[in-house]
Amino acid sequence: MNDAIIQINSPLLTIERLSIAYEPGKYAVQDVNAGIKKNSITAIMGPSGCGKSTLLRAINRMHELYPNTEVVGKIFLDNENIFEISAIELRRKIGMVFQRPNPFPTMSIYDNVIAGYKLNGKKLKRSVKDEIVEKSLKEVALWEEVKDALFKRGTFLSGGQQQRLCVARALAYKPEIILMDEPTSALDPIATTKIEDLLVELKKDYTIILVTHNMSQAARISDYSMFMYLGELIEYGKTKNIFSNPVDKRTEAYLTGKFG
Amino acid sequence: MQVSISHKKLDLRRVLKDRIFYIGVIVLSGITVLPLILILYKLVREGISQINFDFFTRVAPNTLEAMVAVANNETIPGGIANGIVGTLLMVALASLMAVPVGVLTGVYLSENPESRFAGTVRTIADILQGVPSIVLGVIAYMWVVRHITNGYSALAGSTSLSIMMLPLIIRSTEETLKMIPETYKEAAFALGVPYHKVLFKVLIPSGLSGLLTGILLAVSRIIGETAPLMLTALGSSRINLNIAQPTSAVPLLIWEFYNDPNMVKLIWSSSLFLMGFVLFFNILAKRISKRWKI
Ligand SMILES: Nc1ncnc2c1ncn2[C@@H]1O[C@H](COP(=O)(O)OP(=O)(O)OP(=O)(O)O)[C@@H](O)[C@H]1O
Ligand SMILES: [Mg+2]
Repeated sequence: MNDAIIQINSPLLTIERLSIAYEPGKYAVQDVNAGIKKNSITAIMGPSGCGKSTLLRAINRMHELYPNTEVVGKIFLDNENIFEISAIELRRKIGMVFQRPNPFPTMSIYDNVIAGYKLNGKKLKRSVKDEIVEKSLKEVALWEEVKDALFKRGTFLSGGQQQRLCVARALAYKPEIILMDEPTSALDPIATTKIEDLLVELKKDYTIILVTHNMSQAARISDYSMFMYLGELIEYGKTKNIFSNPVDKRTEAYLTGKFG
Repeated sequence: MQVSISHKKLDLRRVLKDRIFYIGVIVLSGITVLPLILILYKLVREGISQINFDFFTRVAPNTLEAMVAVANNETIPGGIANGIVGTLLMVALASLMAVPVGVLTGVYLSENPESRFAGTVRTIADILQGVPSIVLGVIAYMWVVRHITNGYSALAGSTSLSIMMLPLIIRSTEETLKMIPETYKEAAFALGVPYHKVLFKVLIPSGLSGLLTGILLAVSRIIGETAPLMLTALGSSRINLNIAQPTSAVPLLIWEFYNDPNMVKLIWSSSLFLMGFVLFFNILAKRISKRWKI
């Protein structure tokens, strides 16, 4: 076995021999094997274009929206191969937060939070909806800021508030895992700190996989870190080990700022 | 020193050029606006005297009534209610046919921009847009007048109008939806929303203002159409709400007034009405696209 890749005991999610190609024969992600620990934050790092987003988007099968993209390999969630269950069921268990805040522009803050139920046509009692909205907005520490403006459009909020609203939208649907693709890269430092604090808080109840360009962010909040390079998973381990004592030369070069 | 002098000359020349260009632009845009202003001025001056309550509530007068009124220098009795009702009926019916088909086709084109079938549809829509409206009238005559309503009818009129609306709605829908960032769709998919619900609950609502704008512009485009209606709706002196019967329309009335020397005044007022309608729809469309911009 490879020293640079940690074996996770009883992982929640297991990625097995995963390769992804946007064009035939050109793999953006190659033969990735990794387990993801429950109730932890796992950071995916690496230089631009190394396949971080591509890997992340395989986990909720977003690649299927683009029929030319080829995904091979297996991913197990609760011992079930995610490629064998319905994509719609899967995406309800695995929420996603995108790089740029994208609350639905036609919906109020309230409706954005319960968008998962609304868009899927699930009828809920008013009191249940109110409860979900309040709980989710409190989880992302947005409740106090917006409780008097719940029926205003979500797009009127600041960038950082919008991003927290998007996290609330993902949480409201009670996922097991939340995927985040550079969720703070469009935000200012204060908003970034708020999101980071929030993630640390959230890992009590959720499992978070976080793509980040920002090494200090990974060091601050993640428990495990992956380093990817040219589509391959080069190194994966406890964050404190990787940052203090990287095994692979390329990881070391990246962490010391030699490339990326 | 020589250098700086020639620089000054150059500067002066450039300023002068700018000035001339600027004035030219103003004059030319004035020339484009002028016809509209002249038309409106003329229509209001000649037509406003006929516009009263009766104008909206009573049907067009017959020749005799008009002749008497003109001879006595009075306002012509009656109005254009049969035309207004007919126009509204046929425009509503045409929209009812063209909007669902046009919007769905537009959605298809924006969702599958590369497919060969989409290319074909796009070409056909472009060609359709260039087909003279009288030809569409002939087609509706052949299909609807001859085979469906067995006679001139509002349905036949709306059919020809709806074919005119189709390409406008298709293209505006496609253009609008193409502008909506992929990320809203992805956000919905990431919540486990099935494709058709993403289309109807996220994509179309996000583009609603663009869609409405396109529909309103299509309506204002067809509302004054006369030629196809002559072959299909024919006209009627009564207010008609039966879609299988001949029906009047404001542009048809204008044509009838034109053929009667006693009704000249009504031409102006009906044209004013039609123009007001078109302006209203255009301004409404602008408003909507501004207000609901995302
Ligand atoms: N839709 C696509 N079609 C074709 N190639 C793509 C597509 N998306 C990404 N790629 C390619 O796949 C490789 C991996 O891209 P990916 O977006 O996963 O990188 P990343 O690590 O997330 O980079 P960044 O840090 O810049 O976001 C890159 O070489 C990229 O050019
Ligand atoms: Mg990326």
